[in-house]
Amino acid sequence: MTVNDAGRAASADFPRHGGQPESAEFIQLLTPEGERVDHPDYPLEISAEEIRALYRDLVLVRRIDFEAIALQRQGELGIWASLLGQEAAQVGSGRALGPRDMAFPTYREHGVAWCRGLDPAKLLELYRGVSHGGWDPKEHNFHLYTIVIGSQTLHATGYAMGIQRDGAVGEDGEAVIAYFGDGATSQGDVNEAFIWASVTNAPVVFFCQNNQWAISEPLERQSRVPLYRRAHGFGFPGVRVDGNDVLACLAVTRKAMQAAREGQGPTLIEAFTYRMGAHTTTDDPTRYRLAAELETWKLKDPIERVKAYLVRSQAADEQFFTDLDAEAAEVGARIRKACLQMPDPSPLSMFDNVYAEPNPLLEAERDQYAAYLETFEEAVR
Amino acid sequence: MTRLTLSKALNEGLRKALESDPKVLIMGEDVGKLGGVFRVTDGLQKDFGEARVVDTPLAESGIVGTAIGLALRGYRPVCEIQFDGFVFPAFDQITTQLAKMRFRSLGHLSLPVVVRIPCGGGIGAVEHHSESPEALFTHTGGLRVVACGDPADAYAMIQLAISCDDPVIFFEPKRRYWDRAEVDTAGGLAAALPLGQARTVISGTDVTLLCYGPMVRTCAAAAVAAGNEGRSLEVIDLRSLSPLDTGTIFESVRRTGRCVVAHEAPVTGGLGAEIAARITEECFYQLEAPVLRVGGFSAPYPPSRLEEHYLPDLDRVLDAVDRTFGY
Repeated sequence: MTVNDAGRAASADFPRHGGQPESAEFIQLLTPEGERVDHPDYPLEISAEEIRALYRDLVLVRRIDFEAIALQRQGELGIWASLLGQEAAQVGSGRALGPRDMAFPTYREHGVAWCRGLDPAKLLELYRGVSHGGWDPKEHNFHLYTIVIGSQTLHATGYAMGIQRDGAVGEDGEAVIAYFGDGATSQGDVNEAFIWASVTNAPVVFFCQNNQWAISEPLERQSRVPLYRRAHGFGFPGVRVDGNDVLACLAVTRKAMQAAREGQGPTLIEAFTYRMGAHTTTDDPTRYRLAAELETWKLKDPIERVKAYLVRSQAADEQFFTDLDAEAAEVGARIRKACLQMPDPSPLSMFDNVYAEPNPLLEAERDQYAAYLETFEEAVR
Repeated sequence: MTRLTLSKALNEGLRKALESDPKVLIMGEDVGKLGGVFRVTDGLQKDFGEARVVDTPLAESGIVGTAIGLALRGYRPVCEIQFDGFVFPAFDQITTQLAKMRFRSLGHLSLPVVVRIPCGGGIGAVEHHSESPEALFTHTGGLRVVACGDPADAYAMIQLAISCDDPVIFFEPKRRYWDRAEVDTAGGLAAALPLGQARTVISGTDVTLLCYGPMVRTCAAAAVAAGNEGRSLEVIDLRSLSPLDTGTIFESVRRTGRCVVAHEAPVTGGLGAEIAARITEECFYQLEAPVLRVGGFSAPYPPSRLEEHYLPDLDRVLDAVDRTFGY
């Protein structure tokens, strides 16, 4: 018993480890063995071609992630936050979005970025230290990565309040999706976002990827109840989905986004998944978790189950997989090349885009620094 | 004497504090099993238990807010904020509550809380991991603000901060965590320099160089380089940023007549501005040149590929030293 359990041992009000057996309490449409199952609340009409497309997304996103890890190991990136294990949660939810929907990511949403059409090389810019993001969020309706934990959930809610004021809720409406992790649910900002979204009935879907670990802290450091159940206390529905099941993530997110677009307000989706890699490339998970846990989750791999389904149902032939392997290699090579060719920004660019209007103080600093740099060039000459 | 990194010296200092006072607690994100992302609390939970070394929920406002409550109940919490840029959710608790409780209670209440913050850049990190927010705290009455610059000082200062009855914002220079030096962990703190006192790192006669935290090593190297060119710089590690040890500062500047203040934080509204103003007020007739500041620019901290341009280095410090001779 730890100090946190003092006085609580006799109370069985809440289960200790974050919920009932997962199988009893989440939406699943594709089992880890690759078998399609139905759920009465989430019927999913989906063609073989669409499932192949999702599989392609999953494979390419994992390939991008592997390439980025390798680039970091080789010193080409400062750091990388791997999405390994969370591909289905990101691709399933990302493909549930319409072009006019807006997404607010954390710093790990590489799969969502892919679905929104953002060039993966832009993500590398951030982790290489060439920019703080630098893409135009309006171009793909994909906001900048947010590193401070949970801040973006309020931005998403405010954006959704703007949609309401624009009269863009209803038939053919727009909605917002906010991504965050299990750790973020402890932040004040996230709880405030839940409150604001609830009382304003904002068209926002809170998509929590519960990957079980906030760096070294397991979920029970953050919550005594399954995270999705918190939504009820705030006054909107919460649902837990098998985060390693791309079909379930697609169906559940689609339904929640549609409800938001139509004016039915927010939903909290808890995608129950697992961070198979380290928190980032600077982290060493062997210090705080058991290898056996990872092995258990490998059996629930989000990609293998789709492959098993495609093979068993003969929805894809050998050629499909061979071609996809080749495409993955090509994508990996392309982003590697883009990374290696990425120029460092000019030193004076750090004075750009700080203010909308010219700022005399900053301009003076820039000019002084430019003159200072020139003294070195003269010295070299 | 034993040779320790700055990170390990802090770890040893925290260990001593946990051993000597059962009311000392450590709390923060990943400080337990992981031992902190910089390993400053490595092994402490194993040895002192989960009740004293607490992995908290991921909420900085909660870390400091509950530390205040624990302090009201008689504990001495040492909070870790994982990175400088993450202190802001806790800023409200620090500035509106932690700083003011003694004042509001007319001295009935003390909040002996330490808030450790790894600070500064230079490690190639992403956004919000390289900030120098010290001036935001020195601007707030009721807080002690200190910065350690080398392993021996880190070892002593963390213990002094914990034993201090005022709240202490404790800045740790993250790019110096791996610097090694001799640290005396056997003796007590009787001989240690008080927390509020500056330390003359290198004595000199021509220019006073004021610095703290990560800039101490940079400025010491600058003094050596200047010495090779026949110029004698006096390097003073301020250690305490609030209150400032103005006695040591003024004494030095009155002798040298020239002063440069170096910090990583932006110069605009930074601590250097406060120091320059005070020196001007008190040492005006001994000054041969205005007090010059070297620091970050008035722009957000840049992407890491540019941080070597943003961070003041040896050349920029020496450039400012040179300029003090141009008046």
